[in-house]
Amino acid sequence: MRLLVLFVVAGFVLVPLLATAFGGLKTLGELRTNTFGLPEHWMWSNYIDVLSRPQVWQMLGNSLNIAVFTVLLTLAVAAPAAFAFAHLKFFGEQLLFNYLILGLTFPFATAILPLFLKIRDLGLLDTPWGVVLPQVAFGLASSVLLMRNAFRHIPDELVEAALVDGASYTRIFWSIVLPLSLPILSTVAIISFVASWNNYLLPLVVLDTQDKYPWPLGLMQFQSLDSTDWPKVLTYITITIAPAVAMFVLAQRYIVAGLTAGAVKA
Amino acid sequence: MTALPAVHSSRRLAFSASRRQQRGWRTAIVFAAPALLLFTLFIVLPVLEAGSASFFNWNGLRAPSADKFLGLGNYQQLLTNTTFQRAVGNTLLIIAASLLIQLPLALAMAALLAGRQFGSIAFRMIFFLPFILADVASGLIFRFMFDGDVGVLTQISQLFGFGEVHLLSSKDLAIVAILVVATWKYFGFHMMLYIAGMQGIDRSLYEAAAIDGATAWQRFVHITVPGLATTIRLSVFFAVLGCLQFFDLVVPLTGGGPLNSSHTIVSFLYYFGIARMRIGFGDAVGVTLFIVCVGVALGYRRWVMRND
Repeated sequence: MRLLVLFVVAGFVLVPLLATAFGGLKTLGELRTNTFGLPEHWMWSNYIDVLSRPQVWQMLGNSLNIAVFTVLLTLAVAAPAAFAFAHLKFFGEQLLFNYLILGLTFPFATAILPLFLKIRDLGLLDTPWGVVLPQVAFGLASSVLLMRNAFRHIPDELVEAALVDGASYTRIFWSIVLPLSLPILSTVAIISFVASWNNYLLPLVVLDTQDKYPWPLGLMQFQSLDSTDWPKVLTYITITIAPAVAMFVLAQRYIVAGLTAGAVKA
Repeated sequence: MTALPAVHSSRRLAFSASRRQQRGWRTAIVFAAPALLLFTLFIVLPVLEAGSASFFNWNGLRAPSADKFLGLGNYQQLLTNTTFQRAVGNTLLIIAASLLIQLPLALAMAALLAGRQFGSIAFRMIFFLPFILADVASGLIFRFMFDGDVGVLTQISQLFGFGEVHLLSSKDLAIVAILVVATWKYFGFHMMLYIAGMQGIDRSLYEAAAIDGATAWQRFVHITVPGLATTIRLSVFFAVLGCLQFFDLVVPLTGGGPLNSSHTIVSFLYYFGIARMRIGFGDAVGVTLFIVCVGVALGYRRWVMRND
């Protein structure tokens, strides 16, 4: 009984994914008559066709580029701030921390129009930085919160002992705190990577030129131009979600822990 | 934490009292400044500007002049706009479906998978998988599933002798399709929250109940659910705030159509504010959403989660 229920729900989750993966290997005619089953003739030519388009590679490259810079900048900005809030006592500490944490409840969409104007005024419209910087800013609240909670587990005595021995805060941060915090750093890195890789609304508003599009924009455009050629669209979808699925299988522990911990500790 | 010898710790206390404060302040400013700056520049200022621009009739090109001042005009227009009313209704429907279908499903699956039985981990991963996929890809996958011509739904219907099903082009049913996809995509996330919460429930309660002859259902109702109360309140919080900002799935599934019947608040903001460059009007939508979200967040924390 338990297994029956689980298999039904698993079917609900997996059938759309499998139908998509197999659909990309069928002809349109076969897709009409045989949606569920394995393809009769495995149309690998769909893959060759999609993968031989330079735009596809460019979009995946753009997405990777934006995601990598988002991750690096998030770590570079959030980690020192989290260290300051975890181990330094300073005037206004609580106030500034609460200010930053406000970001957890801000709906992204509220700011999108003025954000668009701001990016335009800064001359960042239609550039990758116009996507990267706001993405980092929006991830900061949860990144700083997650990291501060983790940094707090490093005993204050350790920090003070290092101070007595004459180490600077920068040195302590760099040589003691960071090496002890690799799990939380990878968790935050993965969260911001996934969020960036999947982001749609922000690049949609910021980017105009096709050769700068990340893959979600490219996919939407491909679908709207070729809306009747379902097998190719399905091939395209499969190719673009494959890296995410692969990464999930490899790093599932970090991903699940990170995505749910971010929620629980808010 | 290891206890430090008394002599050393007293010296350290004296040290930290004097030097630490001043050294700390300078360092703290250097360390925290980039984060505070980015946050202020790209989030706080834009939100404040949305607040002021929402009182103007503005296309975003030149600074809004006094003669374009509308007062609450944008808000008035918004509240009488029937498409917006429908969008609000749809958003409420998404919240209701999330609370009445998605979360109970997540709870049931969590109850079945919390233990270490064979296959538990594999099922958890399968159920969580849709959550990490991009909304755009998920939306297009289901656009294919629901396609009236080649879609799986149509084929099932034809198998049972019914005709083609055009779910997404139906004015009344398009929103139902969106609800199905939202459930598919998000229940695994809430399930993981519940499973994490269940790890914190005292095992001996279940053993005692089993000895007293409680059925599995009784144990679920009287031990699991009360034990998860904090987690459930938290997951409701995230579900409601997430649903209020529901957008990405709408674009690939229906684009708000047919006849603007399946918009949510944010897709309305996008199609009627951003796409038409009606900045002031769009900001009025954004500010309304902001007030609702922050109001819900504060109220919920104040009244529902006050003991958590």
